[in-house]
Amino acid sequence: MSTATLEPRVHAPRNYLNADYGWKSWLFTLDHKRIALLYMVSVSFFFIVGGSFAVLMRIHLTEPQGALVQPETYNKLFTLHGVVMIFFFLIPSIPAVLGNFLVPLMVGARDLAFPKLNLLSWYIYIVGGLFTLYSAIAGGVDTGWTFYTPYSSTYSNTQVTAVAIGVFITGFSSILTGLNFIVTIHKMRAPGLTWFRMPLFLWAMYATSIIMVLGTPVLAITLFLLALEHLFHVGIFSPALGGDPLLFQHLFWFYSHPAVYIMILPAMGVVSEIIACFSRKRIFGYKIVAFSSVAIAVLGFLVWGHHMFVTGQSVYAGLIFSMLSFLVAIPSAIKVFNWTSTLYKGSISYEAPMLYALGFIGLFTMGGLTGLFLASLATDVHLNGTYFIVAHFHYIMVGGAVMGYLGGIHFWWPKISGRLYPNLWAGIAAVIIFIGFNLTFFPQFILGYLGMPRRYAFYPAEFQVLNVMSSAGATVLGVGYLIPLVYLIWSMRYGPIADANPWGATGLEWTTSSPPPTENFAEIPVVTEEAYAYGPVEGIGD
Amino acid sequence: MQSLPFQPEQASSIAGSVDQLYFFLTAITLFFTVLIFSIILYFMIKYRRRSPDERPRAIDGSLPLEVLWTAIPTLIVAVIFVWSSLLYFRNSEAPKGSMEIFVTGKQWMWKVEHPEGQREINEVHVPLGRPVKLTMTSEDVIHDFFVPAFRVKKDVLPGRYTSLWFTATKVGTFHLFCAQYCGAFHAGMIGSIIVQEPDEYERWLAGGAPGESMEAAGAKVFQASGCSTCHTPDGAGLGPSLLGVYGNPVKLVGGETVMADDAYMRESILLPKAKIVLGYTPIMPSFQGQLTEEQLNNVLAYLRALGKSQPKPKEEGKQ
Repeated sequence: MSTATLEPRVHAPRNYLNADYGWKSWLFTLDHKRIALLYMVSVSFFFIVGGSFAVLMRIHLTEPQGALVQPETYNKLFTLHGVVMIFFFLIPSIPAVLGNFLVPLMVGARDLAFPKLNLLSWYIYIVGGLFTLYSAIAGGVDTGWTFYTPYSSTYSNTQVTAVAIGVFITGFSSILTGLNFIVTIHKMRAPGLTWFRMPLFLWAMYATSIIMVLGTPVLAITLFLLALEHLFHVGIFSPALGGDPLLFQHLFWFYSHPAVYIMILPAMGVVSEIIACFSRKRIFGYKIVAFSSVAIAVLGFLVWGHHMFVTGQSVYAGLIFSMLSFLVAIPSAIKVFNWTSTLYKGSISYEAPMLYALGFIGLFTMGGLTGLFLASLATDVHLNGTYFIVAHFHYIMVGGAVMGYLGGIHFWWPKISGRLYPNLWAGIAAVIIFIGFNLTFFPQFILGYLGMPRRYAFYPAEFQVLNVMSSAGATVLGVGYLIPLVYLIWSMRYGPIADANPWGATGLEWTTSSPPPTENFAEIPVVTEEAYAYGPVEGIGD
Repeated sequence: MQSLPFQPEQASSIAGSVDQLYFFLTAITLFFTVLIFSIILYFMIKYRRRSPDERPRAIDGSLPLEVLWTAIPTLIVAVIFVWSSLLYFRNSEAPKGSMEIFVTGKQWMWKVEHPEGQREINEVHVPLGRPVKLTMTSEDVIHDFFVPAFRVKKDVLPGRYTSLWFTATKVGTFHLFCAQYCGAFHAGMIGSIIVQEPDEYERWLAGGAPGESMEAAGAKVFQASGCSTCHTPDGAGLGPSLLGVYGNPVKLVGGETVMADDAYMRESILLPKAKIVLGYTPIMPSFQGQLTEEQLNNVLAYLRALGKSQPKPKEEGKQ
């Protein structure tokens, strides 16, 4: 091509990308970096699918009677939006893409402990995804991503079984990834890389993996029981068959509340790396930030009942779950204070990853604080099941997890692709996403407080103004998400070549070339210093 | 209190106290959001990178600061926890002497029955200033009874009773929403709470088609289903007398004691072998699938009346 001749090109050294070009070299690869790229392409596909459902929903809700589709169709849209975004984008996003790419590089190993299991996990994920796509094409499913019984098990006549099987299968991919990370972090750290020398991203991955391995089987069992009742009318959840109508919710949230931490803990890990790099400071209170990830993972298993305050569960159970939910807020608050303090007397620069990380802190703070309204019994009674909940969890999952994912992609893109992207465009996109996000979801807090229930295909006219505001904001957010897609794809061919460490970051992944060779390191590195050794250490009291 | 913009109307006795907590939480949220945003912005400007070779000295952390910012959030959430839990406890028990109304949820409508026999669909007439207790169940899936202006919400479950109470403090018509997704026309499962002056309410109650009271309808079901054959008032039948049972503790085979509440009564009708009253044998047949939710509600109204009609005729019931 003519453009190729214009740029003087040195023949690129051998790396994991140019090691082989055949399709088999991708589909049968055991290289964790290539598997990470397979995951990146797949989760991006599902993000676009799930995002398209959201676009249709926001258009539909601009009119009180519904502008676009029949109520049955709207119900399928919000169900598939939730299922696709949670199980096929958010849960695998950071662990399976960035985690797969970075865990071996960060521990100084040549691959994960079980490369074949790693490839298997991607195939399992794809099979689960195909079941879900099939269900969407074959008529959709209308239960909400929460699959509440007895609606899902005995009343819905949509593709409940296909989706349940899809999510069930995908769960095993999550378990295998978690298992792989736990073993790799325990057994394959380079000489000198003690636990407290590990980057906080590894601590976050470790905590996340524990949740994946312990929590996901419960979801699998629950969906299995749901399918059993749906297909064979075995009475488990439906009172008409002798079942218990609330049992499903207990089992479902026992996994699905910790699942929120599967989404947010990795993002916290990413943010720790970025903040340290772009302020050239060791993370303030490193050990406390590390332990708070573990504390969140443990406490996260004990708060599922806060989803059920209005189900008629005993007031004393409500009291315990409320208290535990307040407790889980504390390690999150500690993290926010420590990140903020890391900036103190730093040397701060504002490349795109840093803008995403700072945006994460702001939005996560708001998401976390609005969680207090829902942990608190008296206010939860009013706000439960309304748009307040929708706004709150989008601040955590989109404002938090997606901002973290995008920040991470921008931070490690030079390492992954060997190319740089246009920093100005990346900065503009980060700002547009931050503004668009707030315009979309802030009005929903007010809608919820005013009493608009979620999952309404049509609504009383008094709620229209706020709904139109939210839809208008979603347009801005949508544009914001499209910009990185364009310049990142552009940069793969035309971006300037990145050197091994374009940001001047610490961490073993930056000591090898960009992109790294298939075996990661020519020689296994030896670690001799703490993480984030950006400058000499001093105590604050000095 | 005047409604602020972006505030739902306050029309029940508890709405004001829930809103106070809500405003306190909003203030906390605003304070910390502004605090974190300002500190970040200040640091972003003050400590911006001025030369590419800057190598700031690392700060390892600070134990006093960590203790401080662990203690302050802990203290704040402790205050919120105590405040909200006290409020929730106070709001969870209906006051004695509340007016009773029965609600049955069904895809996609609310069926309402007043003890006096008035029935309505998607409308609930209630008098101003009097506590009203709703006993709710569902014929199919889980629904949720939500009145934003009253700040009350409770799931409506199939196969069991839940309850909710409020005292309306404003005359008018207020939204009733189903707040638990229940299928195709979930969004259409909405109705109105119509709050009337007490005398107007009495007129409404007396007007319309004069229905039979729920208690009388329940007595008929009790006869027609053959319950009265065994549950004779004198206790000489095959089953225990039901006079003075509802609302009192019942001794079971095995020594356990249970409170004879709605859930116990329902279970004893539908799954009679689940709990056997001391001194009786498990011979009662199940009425599962034979009575509609409305018939069950009527029987329940009748049993509640029986419970009040005579003190418990057993020796330990001295009072």
